[in-house]
Amino acid sequence: MSIDQSHGHPGSDVATTSEGGLPERFENPGLEPHRHRMADVDPKAAKRAERQVAALFGLSTLGTILLIVAYYAVSIEGDSWAEIARQLRISTTLLGVGLALATFGIGAGAVHWAKTLMPDEERIELRHPMRGTDEDREDALAILREGSAEAGVGRRPLIRNSLLAALVPLTVGPPIVLLRDTGPLPGNDLSTTFWKQGMALVHDPITDETGRKIKPEDLTIGSVVHVLPEGIQDAEHELDEIAKAAVLLIRLNPDDLDETSRAGSYEGIVAYSKICTHMGCPVALYEQQTHHLLCPCHQSTFDLKQNCKVIFGPAKRPLPQLAITVDDAGYLVAKSPFTEAAGPSFWERG
Amino acid sequence: MTALAARRRHPLAAAAIVLLGLLVTGVAYAAVTPGRAQATTASADDVAAGKKLFLANCSTCHGLNAEGRNEFPSLIGVGAAAVDFQVGTGRMPLQATGPQAPKVVNKFSDEEVRQLAAYVASLAPGPAVPSAEDVDASKGDVSNGSLIFRTNCAMCHNFNGKGGALTRGKYAPNLEGVTPTHVYEAMVTGPQSMPVFNDSTITPQEKRDIIAYLQAVETDTPPGGVSLGSIGPVSEGLVAWAVGLSLLVGCAVWLGAKAS
Repeated sequence: MSIDQSHGHPGSDVATTSEGGLPERFENPGLEPHRHRMADVDPKAAKRAERQVAALFGLSTLGTILLIVAYYAVSIEGDSWAEIARQLRISTTLLGVGLALATFGIGAGAVHWAKTLMPDEERIELRHPMRGTDEDREDALAILREGSAEAGVGRRPLIRNSLLAALVPLTVGPPIVLLRDTGPLPGNDLSTTFWKQGMALVHDPITDETGRKIKPEDLTIGSVVHVLPEGIQDAEHELDEIAKAAVLLIRLNPDDLDETSRAGSYEGIVAYSKICTHMGCPVALYEQQTHHLLCPCHQSTFDLKQNCKVIFGPAKRPLPQLAITVDDAGYLVAKSPFTEAAGPSFWERG
Repeated sequence: MTALAARRRHPLAAAAIVLLGLLVTGVAYAAVTPGRAQATTASADDVAAGKKLFLANCSTCHGLNAEGRNEFPSLIGVGAAAVDFQVGTGRMPLQATGPQAPKVVNKFSDEEVRQLAAYVASLAPGPAVPSAEDVDASKGDVSNGSLIFRTNCAMCHNFNGKGGALTRGKYAPNLEGVTPTHVYEAMVTGPQSMPVFNDSTITPQEKRDIIAYLQAVETDTPPGGVSLGSIGPVSEGLVAWAVGLSLLVGCAVWLGAKAS
């Protein structure tokens, strides 16, 4: 091994001239000696590996059989949902186990086969340069030039231009139409809700098909009702409308409310949007003693006493209040629609 | 044992231990205690006896005439239902100050709870202890109860009534094993952080539906298989990551290992 022969030549490579005694050049050590596997030297081990691979493939077959049997043997029928759910559970469990065994058995068997029995001798194939000879490159260029000249693209501008006129609309037009069809643009849908002046507050039609209206005396102090505007189930996009218009109606002691929150209240009854101004989760965890409303998603906390001011969490704006009053028949109705957009922020709202 | 010890560094050992741990926790969690019966008659003697109990156990905070003071609420008009709930579940008398009175073992006999309730009910009218028929789950509609529960209760108590966290150490308790009477009383009286659900906002029939739903949740096997505590994505995610990822890592290690 030659050590530090370039000593005294300041311009030479530092790594090879250090005092540490490094060789000027590492020799290619080549491949490390090949170690044979058990199955290569011991026929018994090879036989065992063969049986293991076969067992794994056999496991896969069993899994497939289980899959097919389970599919036909377990019927998903019954008199009650509980019965159907029970059979569904058995069915999905067996199908899942069957499919898992079937696919895992094949995969594991193949890998085990490759690792233990297939040839594992290292082989070296040198990489050759990819560049063609200069001659070939010249030839290729000449062919391209000749083709271009024969087609006469440069000589016949009419053809070139009309081809462009055919291609451009095809490649530009349809994508624009396709993108446009993902619309329509939301318009002012995000800023408005279903609530209109004089609209009655009713129980959620999902739990109460009659859409019970609510009188102030129905609510005791500490009562909470999830309410929607009357007739929302007949809206064109019912679920979209419910997602924006859901309101929480709460009665508390009027003395607990400050000036701002009392403005839209009726005898201590307040209505606030249920949709969090942060991400749009339903803010419905009302703590009766502290009068805090908690959003379950990110723990934004709103204080009912201070017009739903944010007192904790990531929300940036208070929940909008729905001003309420009573109509001639004594039912609670909206005094006016929401005066600001309910729900989370969007681009135009900021 | 030596065979087990020899495999403790096996790529799948971690996954197996996590699986075992989850299994043991799940089984241990499944023990539940059933409820108790309730009688509802009050006489002048009961009121007198209840007043004695009240003076001895409650008046320190709630005042000699249940008028309340400072942080301690007046009990005039809270009704027998509130007393039966608060004392019957051991929340009152309050054992220690804290964010919330926990459910503990009730040290009063049923008779004493009834007498206390009779005394507080005699102060001013309030919600009464519900009758056996009011809380009869067999008269409730489970699927309607599920709808009402999800609209009004699930935000705090979780979709299966397993409870959940509120702000600053407060929490909505687990409803598992709570007697139907106490569930009913909690709805009409709104104890602690809980809002009030009177008979106008949730009708008595709807309350029965809710009770039927809660019982169905407790007795029916969960349709999704292993429920993992029914607390949603936290436990499910933990299992998916711990077990699923361990299996994948195990497979990857096996794939990369050279055959001996």
